[in-house]
Amino acid sequence: MAVTHAKSTDARALKLAVGPILYLWDRSATLAFYAGLCDAPVDIVYLGEVVCSKRRVMQKEDWPAVARALELAGKQVVFSTLALTEAESELATMGRIIEQAPGLFEANDMAAVGYANGRAFVAGPHLNVYNAATLAFLAARGARRWVAPVELPLATLATLAASRPEGLEIEVFAYGRLPLAFSARCFTARAHNRPKDECGFICGDYPDGITLYSREDQPFLTLNGIQTQSAAVQAATHIDALRAAGVDILRLSPQSQGFDAVIAAYRAAIDTNAAIATLPEPVLPGGYCDGYLRGVAGIDHAG
Amino acid sequence: MSLELVCPAGTLPALRAAVDHGADAVYIGFRGATNARNFPGLNFGEAEAATGIAYAHERGTRVFVALNIYPSPATWPIATETIDRAARLGADALILADPGLMRYAADHHPALRLHLSVQGSATNWRALELYRREFGIQRAVLPRVLSVTQVARLVGRTAVEIEVFGFGSLCVMVEGRCALSSYATGHSPNSQGVCSPAHAVRWEETPAGRQSRLNGILIDRYAPGEAAGYPTLCKGRFRVNDAVFHALEEPTSLNALDVLPALAASGVRAIKVEGRQRSPAYVGEVTRLLRRAIDLCAAARAETPADSTAGWTPPADLLAALDALAEGRTHTLGAYHRPWQ
Repeated sequence: MAVTHAKSTDARALKLAVGPILYLWDRSATLAFYAGLCDAPVDIVYLGEVVCSKRRVMQKEDWPAVARALELAGKQVVFSTLALTEAESELATMGRIIEQAPGLFEANDMAAVGYANGRAFVAGPHLNVYNAATLAFLAARGARRWVAPVELPLATLATLAASRPEGLEIEVFAYGRLPLAFSARCFTARAHNRPKDECGFICGDYPDGITLYSREDQPFLTLNGIQTQSAAVQAATHIDALRAAGVDILRLSPQSQGFDAVIAAYRAAIDTNAAIATLPEPVLPGGYCDGYLRGVAGIDHAG
Repeated sequence: MSLELVCPAGTLPALRAAVDHGADAVYIGFRGATNARNFPGLNFGEAEAATGIAYAHERGTRVFVALNIYPSPATWPIATETIDRAARLGADALILADPGLMRYAADHHPALRLHLSVQGSATNWRALELYRREFGIQRAVLPRVLSVTQVARLVGRTAVEIEVFGFGSLCVMVEGRCALSSYATGHSPNSQGVCSPAHAVRWEETPAGRQSRLNGILIDRYAPGEAAGYPTLCKGRFRVNDAVFHALEEPTSLNALDVLPALAASGVRAIKVEGRQRSPAYVGEVTRLLRRAIDLCAAARAETPADSTAGWTPPADLLAALDALAEGRTHTLGAYHRPWQ
């Protein structure tokens, strides 16, 4: 047990969450990452696969063991589930993950909301929640926390937060390459001229996805299997504005390099009541972006 | 049961063209940011909608009203007013994506049929059944991500009628789950009912060739003489590793005629044509060709009921006529055909 940050007495202190790993990391890298998080100053950790049902590098006993270690370290563990669910086998896996999750699970498809059946869950960023009526619907189905869609402006979020269902926590995708789209097509396999059914897990070669550039070399998007992300890293740094909008939790999306420094930067900003978090220099080619929060193009960056 | 043909109408003349050329149903949207084809000069005012609905009903064609954005608190009153208007005008169904709006419609207009929009992103029977139990949806339009085999399995597991896309522009991403347009331009299908909006497009003539930009981002560059298409951002050419190519998708249209017998045999209820932004002439011609295809396919199936999926291939002249109308003048089966994925 090594929670290094001071417990704030402010009930409105922002919590830090680490989102699910969106890429295919090998088993040892994944286990090492979560071992490291046991000692990291974060409050919540999301586990599991959200992007591609074919990715199964973690062995059967790995996830429960990782979850136990994180819980012993004082973290709340949430099991995330697949966003694009097509096959019967994927539904069955989703049902099993939800059934076996000791605590909360994160629903990223309405199928998972159906599985909840009254159990408490997190309404994930891939459910389309843009208004109070939809939020109320999910809360009535058991949602205890809502991760806002990435394109939702902070002003809209503030309106929804002001009339939120009782007890509902609100989380935003504060840091990381933005998950923008899902497809039936695997773009990583396509970039390597491989059929999806013979992908050879080529996405495992790209621990932060493949950066897609415009023909004048502007980093634009990131290919991550069937998911398309931004090339730029979302950097929600205005802690005061996030808090004022009613945000409770900041989600930091894992990247393969320099992630400890990102956690430390957010932790320091929260613990010192800083208005703005000062992030390290970006390690990925797309730099930072924050346009969505201001209601403009997501790629924009005002800092 | 024969497949139903559902055709787009962005204007009153397009609606008449679809009705006159054999659509079983047309779908329309009201003017303003409440539907996924929120383009200037498109969509219906209340009087036009009343005229169009009367025209269609007199000829036995149904009219569906699409309200398939996800309203924010600011646009919520406009959205609920749109639902009330559709009910008042006698629309045959509402096409909705947002669960909150479905609740509103189910509570205030319980007699009005609800269809789940493709923007609702339901790709499996469990999601469909949730919408059916909660809001009583009677039909769903499937996102363009499932193979024919997956469509058939899904139809077998739900009481919800299934409508699938048969022809038109191809969304390569799961509809309702794509924020590429808002990332580049600030405007998205989910929030504003637009993708790669025209106001963000800029064309440039340069020594290197003609270029298209979307909010400043270079989407494609064309060699002299090369056909240039609308810069929908998922259909541009980009650099990935060392190759410049259509990294997401080529400019091409979806055409499901090759799998029409299989779709019919699987119990799919309706075939949808994309394109409310298209001209009346286009809508009329596509409707006429699809009507012919569906009728020929049904006749072939009736002749060989034991062999429900084989025995029919679309006539070459029909495919050629549709290709002439298609984006990039070429077509694909998209996700219906597993290797595309």
